[in-house]
Amino acid sequence: MRKVAIAGIGFTKIGEPWERNIKELFAEAALNAMKDSTCNEIDQLYVANMMGAHLQGQIGMGAMMAEAIGRPGIPAVRIEAGQASGGVAFNEGVKAVASGFSDWVLVGGVEKMSDLLPEAVTTALTYAEDQEYTAYTGVTKIGLSAILHRLYSHEYGVTPDEIGWFAVRSHDNAVGVSHAQYPFKLSIERVMTSPMEADPIRMMECAAVADGAAAVILGPADSVANGIEVAASSVATDHLSLASRKHPLTLEAVKKAAAKAYEIAKVNPKDIDVLEVNDDTTIDGVLSLEDLGFAEKGKGAKFVTQGYTTRTGEIPTNNFGGLKARGNPIGATGLYQIAETVIQLRGKAGANQVPNAKIGMAQSMAGVGSTCSVAILRRV
Amino acid sequence: MSVPRYWREEKPRYRLMGEECVKCGAKYYPRTPICSCGGAEFKPYKLAETGKVKSWTVIRNAPIGYERFTPYIVALIELDDGVQILSQVVDVEPEAVKSGMRVEFTFRKVTEDGQAGLIQYGYKFRPMVE
Repeated sequence: MRKVAIAGIGFTKIGEPWERNIKELFAEAALNAMKDSTCNEIDQLYVANMMGAHLQGQIGMGAMMAEAIGRPGIPAVRIEAGQASGGVAFNEGVKAVASGFSDWVLVGGVEKMSDLLPEAVTTALTYAEDQEYTAYTGVTKIGLSAILHRLYSHEYGVTPDEIGWFAVRSHDNAVGVSHAQYPFKLSIERVMTSPMEADPIRMMECAAVADGAAAVILGPADSVANGIEVAASSVATDHLSLASRKHPLTLEAVKKAAAKAYEIAKVNPKDIDVLEVNDDTTIDGVLSLEDLGFAEKGKGAKFVTQGYTTRTGEIPTNNFGGLKARGNPIGATGLYQIAETVIQLRGKAGANQVPNAKIGMAQSMAGVGSTCSVAILRRV
Repeated sequence: MSVPRYWREEKPRYRLMGEECVKCGAKYYPRTPICSCGGAEFKPYKLAETGKVKSWTVIRNAPIGYERFTPYIVALIELDDGVQILSQVVDVEPEAVKSGMRVEFTFRKVTEDGQAGLIQYGYKFRPMVE
């Protein structure tokens, strides 16, 4: 198989731009990515999106976005894998180039969540769960994370504020980030006194409703000058329902996707210089750190509280604010993570730069781990 | 909610009917097309109606159709036969729920589709009186 490189990246500022529609957001990110690369041809378009069918009543996004980027006629398809749509679409793009089936692939993700009221967005987010036996109970995505949060605290003797620190660390890194939704610091006191969202998870431990789009251009590594190599890309799944998992505190999909990616890239957690993980809620971030192999099981929260994930720590994590502070426009999120990792590996992260970052990892996740994607990128 | 979609889940939801793999005896709730052992033949299996709370949350911002019940408790419950189930826990205040609390099956209204639509019923759990 051919080596694949990232030739260009682009994204929009994350927020609630009420005057702009889903096409305009997607096009801005995609055209920025094309401008950032040297390629003029696009052979294949993948559009990552989770909730367009419900929030905008829109499917058929392949054809729609091909036209929106001025390339009507190219093969194009929407990829949906719940909240992991962006990461999974990236993986499909890598496969297309690696196999030789396509030369230049644009993978873009978009989500426009501000078109509906919060209860409708909450409902749409639970569409990624089993409708007949999970959503049926009235639980929400955050509620499922909350069940894990309580189980985790109980099992490992961890206090809620130790888990809450994940949000503080993410916000610290968003300061000054021009594309971030919430580019400001957040104190642990603010986190722990914010209203309960789904006990024991508080509102300030959760990513918010956001609109945004992000895109990357993939091509054969030998045709991309100054590209960032895709050292590995993998996807794994777990039982869709939390109740079907024997050990709910181990995210098997994360473990499997990570093990595969380490194997393909021939690296281990110690080799990773910069990391982007899913912190849709604080506990999602903690469990991800553990199951990706950066912290021991049960020690993830303390690992974060004690500063191991800061820019100068052992494994600088969520270096532009993560889902919590940079923002979580679902279908686009996995591609923001990839794009941000590329910025770090290019050494163009300004005040957010992790010195001499050579290898980066990005992990995206659907629900509480039903699908997980892991990418390892390398500066060559 | 379409009527056939509701109707085909009545037994599992009204009576906690799951399935048991004929080959290896693994119990499934809800039913599955294939067992992890590879078996594809199943027989009906009635779940235990009592169990204990493993973990729980309190939903304060609910999905559409559940708003009028907030705040409500959703718990991961381990039934006495070892099967895990996700369910609302009712007849108890959120503050009074405890890890390991004994609960039992109860038949309740779950949601309704507006004023003229289907009224959905099914399982919830409540604390046991011991």
